[in-house]
Amino acid sequence: MTHSTGSVSACLPIHSDLDLVRVRQHVRQMTAQLGFGLVEQTKLVTAASELARNALVHGGGGQMECTAVTSGGVKGLRLVFSDEGPGIGDLDQALTDGYTSGEGLGMGLGGARRLVHDFSVDTRRGSGTTVTVTSWISRPPGPREAP
Amino acid sequence: MPEQQTAEEQTNPTEEVGTFLRGRREQIAQRWADAALFRTVFTVSREEAVEAGRAVVEALAAVAAAGRLEDAEADGFAVVREQLARTAHSRARSGATLAQISAEMDALRPPVNDLLLDELSAAPAEHVRKCTTALAVLMGTLRLVMMETAMSAGQELINRQRLEMLEIATPVIKLWEGIVAVPLIGTLDSARSQVVMETLLDAVVEQHARIAILDITGVPTVDSLVAQHLMKTVAAARLMGAECIVSGIRPAIAQTIVHLGIDLSSVLTRASLADALAYALQQQGAHIVPAPAGEPQ
Repeated sequence: MTHSTGSVSACLPIHSDLDLVRVRQHVRQMTAQLGFGLVEQTKLVTAASELARNALVHGGGGQMECTAVTSGGVKGLRLVFSDEGPGIGDLDQALTDGYTSGEGLGMGLGGARRLVHDFSVDTRRGSGTTVTVTSWISRPPGPREAP
Repeated sequence: MPEQQTAEEQTNPTEEVGTFLRGRREQIAQRWADAALFRTVFTVSREEAVEAGRAVVEALAAVAAAGRLEDAEADGFAVVREQLARTAHSRARSGATLAQISAEMDALRPPVNDLLLDELSAAPAEHVRKCTTALAVLMGTLRLVMMETAMSAGQELINRQRLEMLEIATPVIKLWEGIVAVPLIGTLDSARSQVVMETLLDAVVEQHARIAILDITGVPTVDSLVAQHLMKTVAAARLMGAECIVSGIRPAIAQTIVHLGIDLSSVLTRASLADALAYALQQQGAHIVPAPAGEPQ
């Protein structure tokens, strides 16, 4: 699969509730510009909202990088959320629906994974967390697991 | 020797600028009164503008005398901080941008500089250069103080508007006897949802409402936090004996909620406010029937 990566189009700070609003608005704008359908727009914006809130609440703040990408002629949007918080100790547990270390519903990380096409987490205890998600305008090329 | 002579005559440039400002404050104030910054703010009388200019010159003289040209926190500025804030606020209200205000502040320097050059016409070039530099630094600091006050005034305004928004954006509407609705618009963060819950529960008591409709047509994103707030509000209303309906769930939002994995089955939902109202009326035992043909109401 050939990925061509655009330059990082924006890097938004995540340090307050207001920044979450900016993150959502930016992702909504970007997906609309790239030609995402309304459902895919809403899904990616919601995933961004969950992940940005995670970075804020659990990671003590961080940032989101937003990059337009193409793969085999298919356009997509890649979002990278990074924080320098305590990291996730048990990733499997964190991805389990209903598990929360705070007061939330415990659906954020697992829910975000289901809302996007590609999802990866890079975390180690004590050295922060980076979550990378990508959604494509239509299904990405290549075989995909049935949900 | 000529060199010694100049050294004796020469005073510290900062002090010299301070003395100059104090000595020429009337002339400077008169010239500033004609500058855009003061002219556009003090429109009632020129005397007022001169008065304001004089206060600023005196503050600058005090700062220079204290030798704190670059210190925006210098005591001298404290006296005029409020006046500067009012001036900046007034300019901002009449539509000037920060850049414009900054440019207008910059325009205050040349008239003073001219007067200073005039005063120092006999002094050696090197000394004149030092004095004009000191003045430039001082005026730069004044501009910084002005910008700081302007921006903090803006921040206060934003904070106040944010509080006002919380109140305004959550009206409770009585739709029918015993039926109230809250149209939610915008971001449903923790602070907003707290206000929504309080106003809704108050309305349930006041209006003796049996059914409360939360309409989320105007909420752009429903993530797990928003869903959690909605469920809490519904649960609280239920404790008070009111049934809660969440309406305005658009197709894209419905699909997102399902993928997110949030279980809203404990919450009664409807696609539109009209559907929710129809359901509520039905629950109240009211039926809407079309009027018989030929008998308009």
